[in-house]
Amino acid sequence: MSSSPRVLWIVLAWMVCGLGWAQSSSFPGIGRPATDKEVAKWDIDVRPDFKGLPAGAGSVAKGQEVWEAKCAQCHGIFGESNEVFSPLIGGTTAQDIKIGRVANLERSDYPGRTTMMKVPTVSTLWDYINRAMPWNAPKTLSTEEVFAVTAFMLNLANVVPDSFVLSDKNIAEVQQRMPNRKGMSARHAMWPGLEFGSQGKPDALNALCMKDCAAEPKLASLLPDYARNAHGNLQEQNRLVGPQRGADTTRPEARQLASVPAGAAPASRAEAVKPETSANKAAAALLARHTCTACHGMDRKLLGPSMVEIARKHPGKTDYLLGKIRQGGVGVWGSIPMPAQNLPEADAKVLAEWISRGAGR
Amino acid sequence: MANQQHDESGRLRKAPENFLDASGISRVWAEAKAGRRHFMRSAFAAAAATLAAPAALAQSNPVAAEGGDPNILNLPEHSTGLGQGVVTDGYGKPSQYESNVQRRQSPGLTQTTQASVSFAPLQSLFGIITPSGLHFERHHQGWWDIDPSRHRFMINGLVKTPMVFTMDELMRLPSVSRFHFIECGANTAVEWGNVAVPTVQYTHGMISCSEFTGVPLITLLDMAGIDRKKARFVLAEGADGSSMTRTIPMSLVNSGEVFVAYGQNGEMLRPENGYPLRLVVPGVQGVSWVKYLRRIEVGDMPWGAKDEAIHYIDLMPDGTHRQYTSIQECKSVVTTPSGGQVLLDKGYYNITGLAWSGRGKVRRVDVSVDGGRNWRSARLQTPVLSKSLTRFNIDWVWDGKPALIQSRAQDDAGYVQPTYRQLREVRGTRSIYHNNAIQSWLVQESGEVKNVQLS
Repeated sequence: MSSSPRVLWIVLAWMVCGLGWAQSSSFPGIGRPATDKEVAKWDIDVRPDFKGLPAGAGSVAKGQEVWEAKCAQCHGIFGESNEVFSPLIGGTTAQDIKIGRVANLERSDYPGRTTMMKVPTVSTLWDYINRAMPWNAPKTLSTEEVFAVTAFMLNLANVVPDSFVLSDKNIAEVQQRMPNRKGMSARHAMWPGLEFGSQGKPDALNALCMKDCAAEPKLASLLPDYARNAHGNLQEQNRLVGPQRGADTTRPEARQLASVPAGAAPASRAEAVKPETSANKAAAALLARHTCTACHGMDRKLLGPSMVEIARKHPGKTDYLLGKIRQGGVGVWGSIPMPAQNLPEADAKVLAEWISRGAGR
Repeated sequence: MANQQHDESGRLRKAPENFLDASGISRVWAEAKAGRRHFMRSAFAAAAATLAAPAALAQSNPVAAEGGDPNILNLPEHSTGLGQGVVTDGYGKPSQYESNVQRRQSPGLTQTTQASVSFAPLQSLFGIITPSGLHFERHHQGWWDIDPSRHRFMINGLVKTPMVFTMDELMRLPSVSRFHFIECGANTAVEWGNVAVPTVQYTHGMISCSEFTGVPLITLLDMAGIDRKKARFVLAEGADGSSMTRTIPMSLVNSGEVFVAYGQNGEMLRPENGYPLRLVVPGVQGVSWVKYLRRIEVGDMPWGAKDEAIHYIDLMPDGTHRQYTSIQECKSVVTTPSGGQVLLDKGYYNITGLAWSGRGKVRRVDVSVDGGRNWRSARLQTPVLSKSLTRFNIDWVWDGKPALIQSRAQDDAGYVQPTYRQLREVRGTRSIYHNNAIQSWLVQESGEVKNVQLS
């Protein structure tokens, strides 16, 4: 029994060779034909002409269900959230749908660019949701769910009505309503080939002036003083030896301090680097392994509260925290729900205890 | 006084780290500028004499009063004792004194670490090779350390026979090793409109350069019997969560330049950089160098992938986007001195930096210290390789006055790196991607260097 796939393989290889598969003979013994089943499992891409799109359908209503369960945590109930990723929905109008160009993209004062403002091809939405969403469990949606979520997003952007059922049969018609379908151009010099026709010439041209050139003598932009330390202490981001050091950005700029006597203790590196306890290290590893860090920062609010915030609110409440990790929840920290987490009981316990003891603080 | 200063120039004055803080250094400067050179000497001497500190950090100049530098006169432990044995560490690490040299995140740029970026510390690197552990990172859905014995590479689409390869098989094939830069299309993105970050690590650190080893993609496509008449594009796809896809032009694949790589700087790829297999697409932005490469599909039209239709598209002032922008155009940056650094003294400096072009070799680099009015040609350090980083150097004697340092590269296609004004005139300020403008660093009288933009 175990030898039969091997026999089949050899027969297949013979057949292929018989068909004049000449190039392979340069490297005998390397590579084998992929089976139909293997190709089908991995070849999941969907092109703008919908080659690769499986047959199926999904309704806006079903999409809303899936959205609220699996997508809203990151993208917001209406695809508007800016908490984790750029907003998906917003900024498009009925007029855009009609003409295929998003007018707000011309406005330099428009505050952002949503996915729906940019994306020209509905296939792109379908393909990416199918291959990469939900973010922490990609490739787990059914074909119906992918159609449904795509339909729901299109509905949020008023591209399709509430009652719409998106399918492989009508998706080409939906393409003709994409708000930015005519907003793209491949006429530029930055594609390394001729596949899009003849290349343009590079733009933004400079010349090799060497002496008394028309320079731009005015300082137009520099970081404001309040941002001096926004990237951490630059002294600690430069080598300790060489022609220069990093500026100590925990203090005002040296020039303005010329009258202040020297002598204040310099920031010690030993102080800055706090030793990590092994418990903290273990917890950090678990937080990373179970992708808790996708939503929870250590001491900074992300989508959910930070570990330190939780620890401060629920000191000593190990069982409560364990329950929250296992079952999820909503309302304690805001309206964005935390889904139930499926991690080993032992790991959940370690994390709950660690948080209840102060999350390392 | 001028003569005296001239005498002091031409050598490096190394401040004793942690003996004088920034305010102390500035006081030294103030005194020095007032002509009291003796103060500078005594300040350094006092600091060196009163504090016992690790020898490697105490690098004051010789102190005449003691008849010589104590680092010379008092033999250190490493000259008088027995050092450590071999294989103290089976995989050696940088010196403990190099711990500041790290790749770093830009605070506030992203909300999660799994869809984020870390920047290479260009200000601390020499030559053209990026140490693998300092290579910039860009992950769209977190990184993985994939078991190479379970990794498979598939070719399908417009080929006679779809094929599957194991890593063992790929590594048996004839290999090539080539030096290439990889730059994120969004490198320097935050600076399109105005100065936003302080150092070259954050302005330009989404570039790295390695010697990659692997197999030309065209060899593998030929093994599968590619339909050369119909094939116009290939799709590259990753094995990670986002299964990143990008469209690659067949013309570039046909040139033999594109290869599937497993090696990086003499060892296997690092997990953060796609272990065990990634695509190398020389001259093209990093998002096309698909990591954890699992599949190549040959096709006859582009795919309009997420990172070709929603991100990595360049907004133009008329509201259209340029799609499939891929080439990283000629660009350069001075890495030392650069933003956030403090020069320790007047006198000689070797201005050094990096230049590159996605269209070929760097032909020349000019450097200005007066904000672009006058330029001198820098020395290009060998090797100068196509679609690789090139290191340039130029002599400079700093007179202590404010200086505006810029570099301007030209590639062997004749294209010259533009100024911000020239770039913005064509593309506006909201393009996000492919900012290759000339970078300006302001050296202030205090010695502190700032990131600035001119107009």
